[in-house]
Order: sequence, then C-alpha cells, then structure tokens
Amino acid sequence: MSDQTTVIGRTRQEMAKRLAQDIPSGSYVNLGIGIPELVTKFVPDGRTLIYHTENGLLGMGPSPEPGEGDPELINAGKRHVTAIPGAAYFHHADSFAMIRGGHIDLCVLGAMQVSKDGDLANWSTGAPDAIPAVGGAMDLVAGVKSVFVITQHCTKHGDPKLVDTCTFPLTGQKVIDRIYTDLAVIDVTSEGFRVVELSPGVDFEYVQQRTGAPLLPILA
Amino acid sequence: MINKQVKSVTDAVADVFDGAVVMIGGFGEAGSPIELIHALIDQGASNLTVVSNNTGSGEVGLAALLKAERVSKIICSFPRTANSTVFPDLYRSGKTELELVPQGTLAERIRAGGAGIPGFYTPAAVGTPLAEGKESREFDGQEYLLERGLKADFALIKGRIADTFGNVIYNKTARNFGPPMAMAAKVAIVQVDEVVEPGQIDPENIVTPGIFVSRVVGVPSPVFESELVAAGVSYP
Repeated sequence: MSDQTTVIGRTRQEMAKRLAQDIPSGSYVNLGIGIPELVTKFVPDGRTLIYHTENGLLGMGPSPEPGEGDPELINAGKRHVTAIPGAAYFHHADSFAMIRGGHIDLCVLGAMQVSKDGDLANWSTGAPDAIPAVGGAMDLVAGVKSVFVITQHCTKHGDPKLVDTCTFPLTGQKVIDRIYTDLAVIDVTSEGFRVVELSPGVDFEYVQQRTGAPLLPILA
Repeated sequence: MINKQVKSVTDAVADVFDGAVVMIGGFGEAGSPIELIHALIDQGASNLTVVSNNTGSGEVGLAALLKAERVSKIICSFPRTANSTVFPDLYRSGKTELELVPQGTLAERIRAGGAGIPGFYTPAAVGTPLAEGKESREFDGQEYLLERGLKADFALIKGRIADTFGNVIYNKTARNFGPPMAMAAKVAIVQVDEVVEPGQIDPENIVTPGIFVSRVVGVPSPVFESELVAAGVSYP
C-alpha cells in the first residue's frame, strides 16, 4: 500500500470496518477475494453473519492455525478455512441456486470500474493476451439481493474507478447498490452517484475531482 | 449382484476414447481426482474436450493432462492459476480452445445436462462479452440468456466413501462439481478413499445415488496437487 492512500481518507481496514456497520445481523453474506475478506474482522459485537462461499459451504469460519489446514476445506480464493458449528456443505449447482435464486442477502466485491448506472467491471482488462477468467462474479452480481463494492477510489495511477461508463468489459449491468471507498460511501441511484457519507477529513470537492461522473450531495 | 467396483484406476479409465467429452471434478485441488487423471494420461486418449472449473496447477493432475496436449478444448470458469503456465502457453499458441463460462452457469449447465434439460435461461452474464451470440429473452421485465445443458461421455470424480452400488459421499468442499458431473456423464467414474459394502452408508446421508455412477475405485491415500507441486513433481 502506498503512503498516499493512508494520508487522506480511510485505510483498507477502516473501509472494511465502515462497511461492516451496515450489514444486519442474520444476513447470509458472500465476500469476494481481497479487501472484502477484511469485513469479517469488524462485524460489531452481538451480530451474527453466516458466510457463504460459492465452492460449497455456508457457515465459513476463520482461517485455521498455520499447519492445521485441510486441503479439502477451502474458500473461493482456494485458501484454507474452517467451518463453524451449524455449517453446511453442498454441491456447486445448489451453491449457485442460493446465489441466482436470491437467497444470499449481500455480496461484497472489489472493482476495477463502477459506472453511474451501477454497471460493474471487475474481471478483465480486455487486454488481448490476457487469459480470460471470470469465476462466479457474473452469477453473484446477477443473483444476490444487494451488491456492495469496496475499493480504493482511484487506481494506482490516479484514474477514477467511479466512472460515467465502464471502459473495461462488464461483469454485470445495473447491479451495484453501494460503494465504499477510502474517500466516501456512495449509493448508486436512478439519478447517478449520491454521496452518503464522506470519510473523516475529506470534503465533497476533493471526492468529486477524483470521480469520473457527477456526484449528488449528501441528502439533508 | 451389482458391483461397480473396479480393481484399479487403470481399469477405470481403460475405455476413454479419442475425442471424448470428459468432465473432471474439483475446485482447485479440492476434489481433483489426481489418480484418475494420471491414469488417463497413461492411457493415452487424446483430442479430449474437458469440462472443469479450473486448469490445474504446476505440472500434475489436470495441468499435466493439458501439458501432454491431450485436450483440444476446455470448458471452464477460471483457467488462470498463480503457479502454472501450462494452460496460458497452450491458449496463446492456439493448441487448446477455451470456452469461458460463468461458474454458476457452468454448474447449472452440467446439472441440466444430467437432468434431461437441454437449455435454460439465466440472468448471469447479461450485458457482458460472454452474452455475445447468445439468444436472450425477457421474463417479468428482466433479461435472461439461453444456456445449453452439458453432457459428457465420462466424468472423473473424487469422493470419500462409496459402496459397491455406486452410492457416494464426499469430503467437505471437495464435493463441489462431483454430484452434478456424475449426473451428466454416460460413464461416471468415482475414486474414493474407501469402498464399502451396500448398507454401510446410511441412506439418509448418501449425496450421489448409485444410479448416476458407473464405476468406483478405491484410492486409499490420495495425493494432493499442492503436495506434488511443493515437491516439484512433474507428471509423468
């Protein structure tokens, strides 16, 4: 992580902590790989979430102690995990029936770009020599009831990730509900991006300058 | 008396023919039937179409089958791995064709194939490059894509315990694509740690009923892809 991202706005941990405040107790939640996985660390006391991993487990628990992993108990990122008491295993077609059938309450994903209409691009840069790989992202965004994105506001090169129209190949159309970045929490509405909350020490203009589409102000 | 047990992984894959469609279970190394795949490499069938979620790691298992240039086409959701250049090299050289399918669509295409359903509509991939060339239809104001069921000549699957009737139970997240692939293949071949007599698995606990399984073979201490990769093994 570069120094710049820690100077202004929220760190990754703080972004995950902020997002965790918004997940109701009892939710069935699917977390993508990367920053989304940090959310589990910050679930407020007294709330119980059930984590789904699309490779066939409801009730995913934390990583095992080093050396105690089971190669046949892994998450969608293919890392060793544990199963909580009350967990259930199932096959892939049932797992995606949970997703596509609208049984999972919330999915949290990373993003390369999100458009003002809620389109998401997070699987391919479209580079001609890249090996295309999509996994379950397209099924998740099409099927899960609420889809949140957690991401740095801008790319490493300083380009906005929140844009008017995605230039990378889409993962899904009109699928994103809310975006948590280092600079703000932003809803995707029928009128475009609306700021819900600015990160501590960040003002509206600063965020607007780093966003590729108009931002609507926080509703009074 | 029904007895689906075969003596060896060699016997289990003996009749796989050139040009066959072969479904291979597993999500990463969990559920990857390494011993059956290695037996298939030894057996020599080529020009295969493989249906599998990934493309293997290192140069063992599925990656070794690819490296041996036995696979002309792979139907797959996530062919990228951190520690293998086998598939990327084959893909870039045009030796192996890729049909990229969203993971849930892949699972449902396999399930549908096994359930006698030739096509179904799904919301996944609408508006994306993977929708190109696909028929779409609106239901209740939302757009869906027509996807085809998938069938196979053979499926190679890893379970934990099977009885000689072919009833199978699995181990944790190694279940993944096993049950739908068993349904979709004409000949489903399941390697298990342990083969038991009928009645020794509680019928309430059976995950894949024996009607979907043609052959079971005992592989008492299966190896894991990560162990072989860590040991620098390249198969054969």
